[in-house]
Amino acid sequence: MAIGPCILRMEGITKRFPGVKALDEVRFDLCAGEIHALAGENGAGKSTLMKILSGEYQADGGTIHLKDNPVEIANPQTAQTLGIAIINQELALIPYLSVAENIFLGREPVKQVPRFVDWQKLNQDAAEYLQRLKLDFGPQTLVEDLSIAQQQMVEVAKALSLDAQILIMDEPTSALTEKESEILFDLMAELKARGIAVVYISHRMEEIQRLADRVTVFRDGRYVATSEIADITIEGIIQQMVGRKLQAHTPVTAIQATETALKLVDLTVHRHGIEALNLSLGKGEVLGIAGLVGAGRSELARSIFGVDPIDSGDIFVDGRKVRIQSPKDAIAAGIGLVPENRKEQGLLLKMAVGENITINILKRISRFLFLNKRKAMDIAQTYIEKLKVKTPGAMEKTINLSGGNQQKIVIAKWLTMHPQVMILDEPTRGIDIGAKNEIYALIRELAGSGMGILIISSELPEILRLCNRIAVMSQRKITAILSREDATQERIMTYATGG
Amino acid sequence: MEKMRGIKAYLQQSGLLIFILIMVGVLALLSDRFLTPANLINILRQASINGIISVGMMLVILTAGIDLSVGAILALSVVVTADLMHRDLPPLLAATAGLSLGGLLGFVNGWLVSRIKVPPFIATLGMMSFARGLALAYTGGKPVTGLDAGFRFLGTGLVAHIPMPIIIAALVFLAGYLLLSQTRIGAYLYALGENREAALFSGIATGFYTKFVFTASGVLAALSGMILIARLDSAQPVIGLGYEFDAIAAVVIGGTSLAGGEGRLSGTLLGVLIIAMLNNALNLTNVSSFYEGIVKGMVIALALILHGLVRKL
Amino acid sequence: MRGLIQRFSGLFILLALCLFLSFSTEYFLTQRNLVNIVLQTSILAIVALGVGMTMLTAGIDLSVGSVAAFCGAIAAGLIVESQLGIWLAIPVAVVAGISLGLLNGLLIVYGSLPPFIATLATMAIGRGLTLVYTDGRPITVPDPAFVFIGNGEVLGVPLPVIIMAALLLTAYLFLAHTRTGRNLYAIGGNEKTAHLAGISVARGKLLVYMISAFAAATAGIILTARLWSAQPTTGMGLELEAIAAAVLGGTSLFGGRGSAWGIMVGVFIIGVVSNGLNLLEISSYYQQVIKGFVFIMAVILDMYARKK
Repeated sequence: MAIGPCILRMEGITKRFPGVKALDEVRFDLCAGEIHALAGENGAGKSTLMKILSGEYQADGGTIHLKDNPVEIANPQTAQTLGIAIINQELALIPYLSVAENIFLGREPVKQVPRFVDWQKLNQDAAEYLQRLKLDFGPQTLVEDLSIAQQQMVEVAKALSLDAQILIMDEPTSALTEKESEILFDLMAELKARGIAVVYISHRMEEIQRLADRVTVFRDGRYVATSEIADITIEGIIQQMVGRKLQAHTPVTAIQATETALKLVDLTVHRHGIEALNLSLGKGEVLGIAGLVGAGRSELARSIFGVDPIDSGDIFVDGRKVRIQSPKDAIAAGIGLVPENRKEQGLLLKMAVGENITINILKRISRFLFLNKRKAMDIAQTYIEKLKVKTPGAMEKTINLSGGNQQKIVIAKWLTMHPQVMILDEPTRGIDIGAKNEIYALIRELAGSGMGILIISSELPEILRLCNRIAVMSQRKITAILSREDATQERIMTYATGG
Repeated sequence: MEKMRGIKAYLQQSGLLIFILIMVGVLALLSDRFLTPANLINILRQASINGIISVGMMLVILTAGIDLSVGAILALSVVVTADLMHRDLPPLLAATAGLSLGGLLGFVNGWLVSRIKVPPFIATLGMMSFARGLALAYTGGKPVTGLDAGFRFLGTGLVAHIPMPIIIAALVFLAGYLLLSQTRIGAYLYALGENREAALFSGIATGFYTKFVFTASGVLAALSGMILIARLDSAQPVIGLGYEFDAIAAVVIGGTSLAGGEGRLSGTLLGVLIIAMLNNALNLTNVSSFYEGIVKGMVIALALILHGLVRKL
Repeated sequence: MRGLIQRFSGLFILLALCLFLSFSTEYFLTQRNLVNIVLQTSILAIVALGVGMTMLTAGIDLSVGSVAAFCGAIAAGLIVESQLGIWLAIPVAVVAGISLGLLNGLLIVYGSLPPFIATLATMAIGRGLTLVYTDGRPITVPDPAFVFIGNGEVLGVPLPVIIMAALLLTAYLFLAHTRTGRNLYAIGGNEKTAHLAGISVARGKLLVYMISAFAAATAGIILTARLWSAQPTTGMGLELEAIAAAVLGGTSLFGGRGSAWGIMVGVFIIGVVSNGLNLLEISSYYQQVIKGFVFIMAVILDMYARKK
């Protein structure tokens, strides 16, 4: 496929956030008619760079050239007029407006007299884009009636209608089914044929290899390399991402767990479509739950933890049957959860580190209702040291810590109460490599002490590295349970995609 | 950053103190009656009514809620109590019934907010109309006058030369202080207001504590109503109109964030004093009571804007 | 089908209420009573359309009752005491009202105050201004031209009903067919997206609070004209009925959802309930209890409908 001339050049881009240098003099270029993958681990700075390109953030340093002209992208509107469109991970459509209105939001065609919205033109124009994308819903459909995948397509249509020359797609397939992804890929090929440059951010290496012309890798806010896709293997990309050769870790083997820490029998949760699910977790075992986004993994965790209580079935902890109607019950039963969304669910960001660490055990450290604050701070200090949390002190506001240190606090919060079972949902998302390794070590240590550990992760290497067994979920069911020896990325993916 | 937090709190609190001092100075200049012991005691006695309600209001606002129904709950509780005493129920029993009724209505507010997920201002706006209507319907719109002499001690009695209302308010503030800063319930309330979801994931019974704060607000509104009718010797169904306003004003002047999770009881105490002095000033300087709403409306808006600015520092 | 029921649930409630009342009192279905309902409801309808627009942007306006009283008083005062003609007095009163709306908008947009607290403050300020202006006493307006606004008829249709119909039509065209109107849904549905699409969120919010105040001002003037006098305590609790009507008519308390026709359905539910309570001779005190109850039930129903 012929690749056109270079249309975008970003050089020396630097971006600081309080306490972190998110981007350190990175560069990135883009040619007309290419699909350029941007790879890197979470926190590598991919999304930050794209937010700078789309005008949501301002760079602290560096230059952007568009077709050899220097440009300032001061806000999203400027980006729009420059022909740059972005489709974000979190969809941002207006639920109660029609598809057509969403596509032309803020640019609705208006009739001369009276100056009403020209519905006919609006719907016709929208229909044209929908047809081009081979979509099977009409322009007058309300967005709230569409599935997530369909909404994503509306976002693409919106970008097309903006006549974008540069289209940024940030993890567009994470919520799509395989069939929907295929439609999207066809579409990308078509955009490419028309000379549109696509920046494609994805964690799925297979997709990158299949679709992209070039791939640029970032690591820890720095530029690593740009390669022609033909010249590099998936392994090579991963090496660039992690900065070293994938080392062979001490292999984890299946353990003979004699006692079960957690047992789920015929678990049914109607609101999540989970039916008669069975699973058991041994003491000292690390069980991974793999699967695509939307397979029902986090929902399962929420249900076990009582956030969305189960409708029927039984939960046994350490052989005892427990009734869990709320997180409070779950905690009393000896279950801890490190939730998927650290900032929204895991932490009280404006409160002190110490207050966060001890929030679960206030009952234990109070006499009648009165708190022993000194004891609380002592306990917090112990865990700050034990987990090597980098903080000026236990009184520091949690919001001022880096992602990795925040995550350690979420884990510390559970360690204070010695649960029998720990569920960790994406425990290393958005965390730098160093902290990641510390967290891995911690998980192994906890398992070694006899705790049953359930890990939900979208990063297969992580699961393969940590787990004794791997349960694969697809469409709200467990489709396979693999021992560490039998598990490979390919086999897991086969079961995860329902194959 | 820890330092910044301290500085901000210091700015807010010392700002309030300076404001109070300036007010005292200005008022002393405007009226020579202001700095008399009788007037100062009077201010405190009036502050105690709003003070008791404000403690409940603060608990609610700390959890990111609001309670617009305190005035109406107060009215319904006192007319029921007064009527029960007229029916020869012992004052203690009648007062208990009134306090329980206040608690029950508060609990309904809490249930609507925590279980049905109705926005707090909507739930309590409905309750405001409902309870006020019941108070009017219960009495046929007429006041219940002539209360038990023993009961009236609540409002008119002195202990060690200190008026009962002030003593009760002081006790309520003390209890509020202990609850918020020395017990784990206080920690839970701050957690709840700061991030409801994270509080839930930490095993805090968010529903229970939401009902708890609204119930407390209802009981405290009823309690301050008891003191009020004991002093006035009459329970009117239109009593307590607009009291929610004074309480909200005191709490937000004191620096509690309407978004929840931030605020100190000492701030609320200062806020209560400011509102009381403001009322006293309007009286002493013979400004028509019609200006009250204008002044208080502006004070609330200003306080929120100023505290918002300080927080952004 | 479920969506259909949800979207038309207000209409079903309205029909059921009418059915119930036509069986329980024979007077209900008379032409005179029906005209009366529409007339009684016109004030609430005008206010609810305004409040509904603030709700579309995920806001609320609690100050409408005070603004109505304030504008009624200003109009009356200007006519009676300042001897201004109604053609001057009414615009001045309306502008005074809109400036209170502007105050709401400024506090919310630039002061970052939550809408309910900003409008609560304005509610107190507006009521205070009214009391100060009227000195707490009603102002009687004998001016026949002014009284005509509230009591006159054109071609047999009461003037308040005509004004309501005109405002309803305008509101419908605005919300359903103009860019600015459609963009309000975007502001309430997802403020960030709206901003990124180049829609001025600040302008939209300022606009709805001014519209809401304009509607309240209009209602206040009609009310004053109908009673021949401006009462300083008029319009208390109006915000409650207006919000209830908007919610019953399918307007979301969380923004982005609602329509002019929906609000009218909600308004008539409230109107028919009020009328029914009067016909069934229920005391005004109990009416207040019932209205508080209906308000809460409306919200509960709405919350359940959304959850499903």
